[in-house]
Amino acid sequence: MRDLFAVIMLFGIFSFIAALLFLDMDAVDVAFTEAAVGAGVTTVLMLSALRLTQRYENVSHRHAGMALVVVTLTGAALIYGTLDFPSLGDPNAPVHEHVAPEYLQQTPEKIGVPNVVTAVLASFRGYDTLGETVVIFSAGIVVMLLLGLGRAEDFEQQEDILILWVVVKPMVALILVFALYVQFHGDFGAGGGFQAGVIFASGFILYSLVYGENHTRKVLPARWLPRLAALGVLLYAGTGMFSFFKGQVFLDYNALADSPVSGQHLGILLVEAGVGLTVFSTVLLIFYAFSGRRAVVHE
Amino acid sequence: MLIGLLSDLCLLFGGLLCLTGGVGLLRLPSFFVRLHAASVTETLATVFLIAGVMLDTGWALDTAKLLLLIVIMFVANPSITHALCRTAAHGKYRPESNHEPQASHQQENQSSNNSTS
Repeated sequence: MRDLFAVIMLFGIFSFIAALLFLDMDAVDVAFTEAAVGAGVTTVLMLSALRLTQRYENVSHRHAGMALVVVTLTGAALIYGTLDFPSLGDPNAPVHEHVAPEYLQQTPEKIGVPNVVTAVLASFRGYDTLGETVVIFSAGIVVMLLLGLGRAEDFEQQEDILILWVVVKPMVALILVFALYVQFHGDFGAGGGFQAGVIFASGFILYSLVYGENHTRKVLPARWLPRLAALGVLLYAGTGMFSFFKGQVFLDYNALADSPVSGQHLGILLVEAGVGLTVFSTVLLIFYAFSGRRAVVHE
Repeated sequence: MLIGLLSDLCLLFGGLLCLTGGVGLLRLPSFFVRLHAASVTETLATVFLIAGVMLDTGWALDTAKLLLLIVIMFVANPSITHALCRTAAHGKYRPESNHEPQASHQQENQSSNNSTS
């Protein structure tokens, strides 16, 4: 298939089906992330990358036989590997035997949030999530260093776009409110900083697709975004350092408030806010870098 | 009992509408007609499907969420179709011609995509 546009669309559909699969396995948080990141923002980012190149793949005259052999062998090896898997829902599977029962038992008494996934992500595995946040932050910084922040193109006003203007304006407000709901409701239901950041950024992206990027850049200038992303990481690591200076272990939220459980609540809230801020500004930064690149190149 | 039956009817009708849309999407000749088939049926089908689920869940907070979902889908679905049509008309697609634009005009195709995206 040489039409790269169709490839991107197929990739989005694949992500969406993967999200439905996760949902079917009761992994609501993962499904949410997959739908927001894989099917939503990645598609937009790849489309804006495609816009910088061309829609159709160049014809190559090399033989594809070797590639086919490699793909077949890898696929066969992977399928052979799945034969050793424990069957789905097996209580004796290794995943269910080591730390998972401990987390499930300790979450209600020690952390006190209904959503165990949030407790594991933000508290038990706080180090890992800090690492992920730093990875996202550095991805944004690398894209900014490679492509620059871009510049908004002159957006020609079109008369017949009125329907989209009217529909998108309340829709953007709804998306932003929903993102805040996902952010702060992550302790109780599915959601959290990662999903909320992506949804918040997608509100801005939708606005800039319909109203023109120059208007979005007026609302949120591109030069703020790396600072916001750094602020998110700082908030996360600062929460950890605070408990460190109060004589506890790094990222031990028990030190944040009088009682350990309310300390955990506060810590998770702060850490998730940091994650959301970093993810939001990085996603929007990458979008700005790609979509603002044309105006820079055309000069 | 009656509500369950009504919910089943709603779901069945929504499913049928989806099926019609799918057949139209596959069988109709040109881009705009296909889009018409898909969007009109899907919009109504979503309303019926979600209404069926609403009747099934009973009176809870989820009902309000589903109602909001109906409103969003009812507004968003036709607008997305409108945006797709507008973009297609801006490019090389014309309602009167039955053929899709040829892939050989790569450069022109790309520039027309750019101006609308």
